[in-house]
Amino acid sequence: MEDEQSFSDICGGRLALQRRYYSPSCREFCLSCPRISLRSLTAVTCTVWLAAYGLFTLCENSMVLSAAIFITLLGLLGYLHFVKIDQETLLIIDSLGIQMTSSYASGKESTTFIEMGKVKDVVINEAIYMQKVIYYLCILLKDPVEPHGISQVVPLFQSAKPRLDCLIEVYKSCQEILAHQKAPSTSL
Amino acid sequence: MVLKAFFPTCCASADSGLLVGRWVPEQSSAVVLAVVHFPFIPIQVKELLAQVQQASRVGVAVLGTWCHRRQEPEESLGHFLEGLGAIFSHEPWLQLCRERGSKFWSCKATRRQVPTCPATSGEDQVMLVFYDQRKVLLSQLHPPAALPDRQAGDATASAVGLAAVFDTVARSEALFRSDRFDEGPVRLSHWQSEGVEASILVELAKWAAGPICLLLTCLLSLVSAASACRMFKLWPLSFVWSKLSTCEQLRHRLEQLTLVFSTQKAKNPTQLMRKANMLVSVLLDVALGLVLLSWLHRKDRIGQLADALIPVADHVAEELQHLLQWLMGAPAGLKMNRALDQVLGRFFLYHIHLWIGYIHLMSPFIECILWHVGLSACLGLTVALSILSDIIALLTFHIYCFYVYGARLYCLKIYGLSSLWRLFRGKKWNVLRQRVDSCSYDLDQLFIGTLLFTILVFLLPTTALYYLVFTLLRLLVVTVQGLIHLLVDLVNSLPLYSLGLRLCRPYRLAAGVKFRVLEHEAGSPLLLLMQINPLSYSRVVHTYRLPSCGCHPKHSWGSLCRKLFFGELIYPWRQRGDKQD
Repeated sequence: MEDEQSFSDICGGRLALQRRYYSPSCREFCLSCPRISLRSLTAVTCTVWLAAYGLFTLCENSMVLSAAIFITLLGLLGYLHFVKIDQETLLIIDSLGIQMTSSYASGKESTTFIEMGKVKDVVINEAIYMQKVIYYLCILLKDPVEPHGISQVVPLFQSAKPRLDCLIEVYKSCQEILAHQKAPSTSL
Repeated sequence: MVLKAFFPTCCASADSGLLVGRWVPEQSSAVVLAVVHFPFIPIQVKELLAQVQQASRVGVAVLGTWCHRRQEPEESLGHFLEGLGAIFSHEPWLQLCRERGSKFWSCKATRRQVPTCPATSGEDQVMLVFYDQRKVLLSQLHPPAALPDRQAGDATASAVGLAAVFDTVARSEALFRSDRFDEGPVRLSHWQSEGVEASILVELAKWAAGPICLLLTCLLSLVSAASACRMFKLWPLSFVWSKLSTCEQLRHRLEQLTLVFSTQKAKNPTQLMRKANMLVSVLLDVALGLVLLSWLHRKDRIGQLADALIPVADHVAEELQHLLQWLMGAPAGLKMNRALDQVLGRFFLYHIHLWIGYIHLMSPFIECILWHVGLSACLGLTVALSILSDIIALLTFHIYCFYVYGARLYCLKIYGLSSLWRLFRGKKWNVLRQRVDSCSYDLDQLFIGTLLFTILVFLLPTTALYYLVFTLLRLLVVTVQGLIHLLVDLVNSLPLYSLGLRLCRPYRLAAGVKFRVLEHEAGSPLLLLMQINPLSYSRVVHTYRLPSCGCHPKHSWGSLCRKLFFGELIYPWRQRGDKQD
């Protein structure tokens, strides 16, 4: 079952949340970030090339121009491959674990999987970010030494940064699945 | 909990049969290792499982049935399969079924005994997770899950979570040894059932490795015995050996080679990787060294180098002389104490004169020495770079001497000044209590003390300037040597084999797993694909870094500045085992 809704992130950009309910024990949430804008790309390229042309008129060396082209290409490739995240996906599978995938604009995917045995809870936290107070969803991991302690806080959707309404949707679904974890152990 | 069945992808197209594997009750997951095909005799299957269990210490059992139906459903097969549940009892009993050519499966898990709580039904919800058996078998999880000692009785792995799956598959190698060409009583389907893979070259290499390792170990032990002989431990030689970085590098390489060619097998995968990394590092080193050697010998570059060396040394000495003349005059407009200036200047000038004489004495032999030293590049690029660093140290020995003289003078002056300053104020340093105490001095003590203090204060600028200039020169030389050492360290400690493995066989070094949901239809069980998530390159380098010589600066910037201010001698590149100054 698929579902798509439109939300906004903390800066006001448009986000699209895709929800897929594969089964009562498996759900996937996919947040798509705004794409790279042509305007900013053109602006950066023009600035770099104008600066290179200025240097060229000063030192009369054509290597400067070819170097500028090279740098622009490399910079763009590097940005697309290492920096620009297109989509962030959260896959939660009951009794297996939670998986976060970030797909970059160049197609690279980086995945982290946390086993259900290590997950204590999924909560919405508040944070002070520059001059704003924002909400973010995070996973609390159990401390192996202390049974009621928390060893790590793993924030989710760090580059999409959705607002509270989107986070509440994801939070409710996650809690429904996490409730299965706690229920059987208490009933038996 | 939802029941998870880990199913190998290679068995997805196998014929109907029995599912054989391990049941992990804590996570309610069944790891299927192989499929036993019809016809079989139950006794023989049980014998095989007992054998495998004894060999691998993994609780292998019959977990259920697997049915790969053709177009027309076979009713008799279905009943037969259900009847098998009575012969091989297992709790819960899995029944996986697939239509030929269809993407959707049906899974059932039944429990024979009715649980005490009536709320749970006799059937569990099943989730099917596909995994690539060969990749899971060969991969290594980082960080490695801490496992109990294998000799502890019938201890099955108590690895937590998904590490249990990896561990089960890795330990069950005994099950994967039979393929379908074997004439055994039981026909199995697993990743190697089409035939055990092997390579002739690998087998030959393994067979030849034994004698070669033995031979090389003998040679290396001869070499290390020769280098450890008493003659080299006599005082001048041992001092020289400890200061040269070439000897340190050669010793390091000898240790590494001894470890690589030792006849003992590696105890765990980490040691094996370390050995492989060392071997690849040595091979690359020698290859780069040979490239350097061929470049040096090509256009008589050694002759050109030798011809250029003497003029360069002369030029450096001349520049130093100019510098000293400048210091003896009015450097940067500062007014020096004439007498002290002349004394120090003449002292250093005489040293330079001696040095130039020495270089000219050596000049006929330079080419021959360089040629022989160039040959040492065949031992490795790191050795050649270490020799270069040592040559730089030897050629700038006079700068080092000047630095030591300047530093000692300055240090004496500073200590004298501080002590006399305390006297001037009527205080004294109490060595016993390590603190400053007041003290009453006689008049003549005070008089002489104040006189000396004044003299030292007025001579301070001259000494300080000489010290500053020579310290800067020394730091320059040390920086150049430091860069060379960094390069040598890089070649020494980079784990190239691990990086190559991460590039070509990323499943071998696993940071974890990742899941992908396959085609899903409402009503049929969830199908997931488990893939290996490889380790990132930075973590590979961090985990498998080889230990380097250990020649790293041991001082922080703060303590370095403090030492420079007080005139204490600095040795930024301490070799291993040196006493602290």
